[in-house]
Amino acid sequence: MTDTETNSIQSLVARIKSGETSPIACVVDSINQIRQRNDDLFAFISDCEADALAQATELESAIKSGTDPGPLAGVPIAIKDGICTRGHTTTAGSKMLETFVPPYDATIVTRLKQAGAICIGKTNLDEFAMGSSTENSAFGTSKNPWSTDCVAGGSSGGSAAAVSGLFAPAAIGSDTGGSIRQPASFCGITGLKPTYGRVSRYGLMAFASSLDQIGPMAWSAQDNALLMNVLAGHDEKDSTSSREPVPDYLASLPQPIRGLRIGICEQHMAEGLDDEVRKSVADAIGLLQDLGAEIKNVSLPHSQYAVATYYVVAPCEASSNLSRYDGVRYTARESADDLKAMYSKTRKSNFGEEVTRRILLGTYSLSSGYDHELYKKASKVRRLIKQDYDNAFADVDLIAGPTVPTTAFKIGQHAQDPLAMYLADIYTASANLAGIPAISLPCGFSAGGLPIGLQLQANMFDEAKLLQTGHQYQTQTDWHTRRPQP
Amino acid sequence: MNTTIDRDAVTFENAEVIIGLEVHVQLRTGSKLFCPCSTTFGSEPNTQTCPVCTGMPGTLPVLNEQALKLSIKAGLAIGCEIARYTKWDRKNYFYPDLPKGYQISQFDQPICGEGGIECTIPKSDLPPQTIRIERAHLEEDAGKSIHDESGKGGQSKIDLNRTGTPLLEIVTRPDIRSAEQARAFLNELKLILQYVDVSDCNMQEGSLRCDANVNLHIDVDGEKIATPIVEIKNLNSFRAAERAIEFESKRQFKKWKSSGEAIGDAPKQTRGWDDGAQKTVVQREKEESADYRYFPDPDLIAFVVSDELLDEVRQTVGSLPPQLRELLTTEYGLGSYDAGLIVSQGREVVDYFLAVANKAGSDKLALGKKAANWISQEVMRYLNENQTTIGNYPVTADQLAELLARIESGDIDQSRAKEVLAKMETENCDVDTAFQALGIVKVDAGELDSLCQQLIADNPKTVQEVKDGKMKAVGSLIGQARKINSNVNPGELRNKLLEIIAAS
Repeated sequence: MTDTETNSIQSLVARIKSGETSPIACVVDSINQIRQRNDDLFAFISDCEADALAQATELESAIKSGTDPGPLAGVPIAIKDGICTRGHTTTAGSKMLETFVPPYDATIVTRLKQAGAICIGKTNLDEFAMGSSTENSAFGTSKNPWSTDCVAGGSSGGSAAAVSGLFAPAAIGSDTGGSIRQPASFCGITGLKPTYGRVSRYGLMAFASSLDQIGPMAWSAQDNALLMNVLAGHDEKDSTSSREPVPDYLASLPQPIRGLRIGICEQHMAEGLDDEVRKSVADAIGLLQDLGAEIKNVSLPHSQYAVATYYVVAPCEASSNLSRYDGVRYTARESADDLKAMYSKTRKSNFGEEVTRRILLGTYSLSSGYDHELYKKASKVRRLIKQDYDNAFADVDLIAGPTVPTTAFKIGQHAQDPLAMYLADIYTASANLAGIPAISLPCGFSAGGLPIGLQLQANMFDEAKLLQTGHQYQTQTDWHTRRPQP
Repeated sequence: MNTTIDRDAVTFENAEVIIGLEVHVQLRTGSKLFCPCSTTFGSEPNTQTCPVCTGMPGTLPVLNEQALKLSIKAGLAIGCEIARYTKWDRKNYFYPDLPKGYQISQFDQPICGEGGIECTIPKSDLPPQTIRIERAHLEEDAGKSIHDESGKGGQSKIDLNRTGTPLLEIVTRPDIRSAEQARAFLNELKLILQYVDVSDCNMQEGSLRCDANVNLHIDVDGEKIATPIVEIKNLNSFRAAERAIEFESKRQFKKWKSSGEAIGDAPKQTRGWDDGAQKTVVQREKEESADYRYFPDPDLIAFVVSDELLDEVRQTVGSLPPQLRELLTTEYGLGSYDAGLIVSQGREVVDYFLAVANKAGSDKLALGKKAANWISQEVMRYLNENQTTIGNYPVTADQLAELLARIESGDIDQSRAKEVLAKMETENCDVDTAFQALGIVKVDAGELDSLCQQLIADNPKTVQEVKDGKMKAVGSLIGQARKINSNVNPGELRNKLLEIIAAS
């Protein structure tokens, strides 16, 4: 049996259903991995051993009694710690929520449980998902399983490290400006940011509500498709979730991509792009062409403003979303003589530096007298960025390019330079601003042995095309089957 | 400040009071604006809460469309333009009873735009005046902070039962010119809202709350000087609103006389009405207007009011107080006072009145006035004494109409009819049964004739007085007759007696 098979969700489910292995065995294996190696990689903030074992036991009796245990029966899954799990601490990587235990499950957690997946632990993230390296987590930095000197990326770095570090075959992340795709790229796995509204946000601790989207992370496009079949769909608890019908994402995978029009955006292949990344991405595009895709140039003239726009819109929304962490109810609280001092002390001592920076940025950008120059202007540019994509997708089905300009950087490398860190989002943020789906696929390695990611973007609700193209690419390549040395 | 003004010479008569009101109306939805929690008043603290209305991380609001429908209905009833596209905004501020750190409200695209209602100050000669409505927007209520008032520094408590309750905030233009007019406006607004059943408007339970913005325009030799605007809060009754505005306008005048402070010289102030002390007291100075950093709530989608929805709601509005007053005066012959009285009792009473007055075959104009009298006196007395509503009144409109018809036909006189009505109320019976129970039978012509003959025979002295032109004397004969037979109709009896005496 190859590595690919042992780590493919589909084959794992088949082996569980046939009795070759069992949900309990899978859970025990994952928990043992966490015990033994989490101190080194810090993929997880906490594990869910008791609940996971209880759920596995239930699944086993369901399997024995002949009940359909669901499409993800017994699959251990790692869930980002910004997503609420009932009865289990959910911290968002913040000291503010160090002891917060949600009395509810996020909608996607309910859906995953119903499908038979078992949450084995909560993964590390930059505090409130603000960051590109997990260095902003209050609890530690996740290490890249391919090179532990390097970051796993962020903000869903723990989720990427959980898959790539072989703790679990699947993980859930959230992506506000690249937070699924960038760590997927850094860790050599496949990660999808769905269309805004495709997956319910209920239970995802909001960073920037109009940009946040939950999505799957796993080795292959096929596994992402399987996960999307469970995650996607309207949720009456989330008004912004779409009623657009959900296709069977597995169904289109085998179809060849002959005739598919793929656009290359010159702005995404410009300066600042690492040479090794450029070469791997160019090779990947060449391969897609070999598979019958038609390659065209497209222009996204406003994409140069994406990062600037993102760093106005996201902090504005965050400044409001994070107001609820005020020391009054479920959060940490510092004692003080009066209310104002309590607020100030609680927030000062329990929010990290980056979160504080973004709250200040957002508060400023929304303030009377500045909002026209900042929030309102950014909202206008955001519409222009969306228009660019509308125009581009009139000509092409997908847009291909690098996910990140570089491979994983060293831990501490950008810690003192927020602007350099923000540039990690340069190719990814525009998809969030436009609301379109995008996927990162492993497409090579640097000479130093670090993974490189190919990003494909598609029009609204065209996830099936991303997964199909990714799958077709992965039938011809083995990047996604490579595993780091433990 | 203009130092050349001789303020001593200016009297209060030179000051015009300028008032604008903000009225918060709790909508009768049953559940909260963005979650399914109940909005019942008076439950144990924090028992009507859920992760959404307590602002737990990751939770999201989902619009209760019923609240939007009720807002549209209220808007139509007060003559507002209804927005066809409306959206939600966050009003950001920190307060312990505001769990999310922002309130979901409507900033620049409220559900209801410009409108207005006409109101008349009771017992005044002033013509009705239209008070313009600037806007009405939907928002969620905050919770309630309960502070330790013992002065011992006990812990403050927060009750989030009210958090997320749907409120319609109705904002008037500064068109109101007196405390009485403010009260008249509030009465009319409340009546209209009750007619369209969007709120129970119960001020004790906080389902109707009012703030007033007050200042003066003082005429000094033809030049208008405005005093600083004061917002008065805590107006927990219409009476309090009237008193507070009266107090405040006098206070502002005195203050201006002593300081000369005009608008712009002093910041906008918030004062609270102290009902015990009957005065307004400073709550806070707004040094600068608070920056709420409004922006569109990304968790909610904009709402498009379709033609269908607007029509659907419009059909539920029904006749409103102004139209009904008009109807009662023009078609049923009521004076404006009586019409106002009936209409002020609510839609059910008006319906009851119409059912009585419309009784088949009767002359609406003739019966209308009588029906109005009976309802505003007898029926309302019963309802007040029994603390009940017209829906529970034991006498149906048909039966009351029947009783009025018996009076009309001379079967029974007014005072006897009141006894009959009382019987119908207590026994829950119809007119005939009440007649029977009280032994009321129609006295026939022969019986009446012989009764008259007997009275004339027994009272020669009285008869002579009548003959001498002292018509009042006939009254004593009527009195005697009713002792002999309580069923005789005094009018008929009088006519018959006079007829016989004249002929003798």
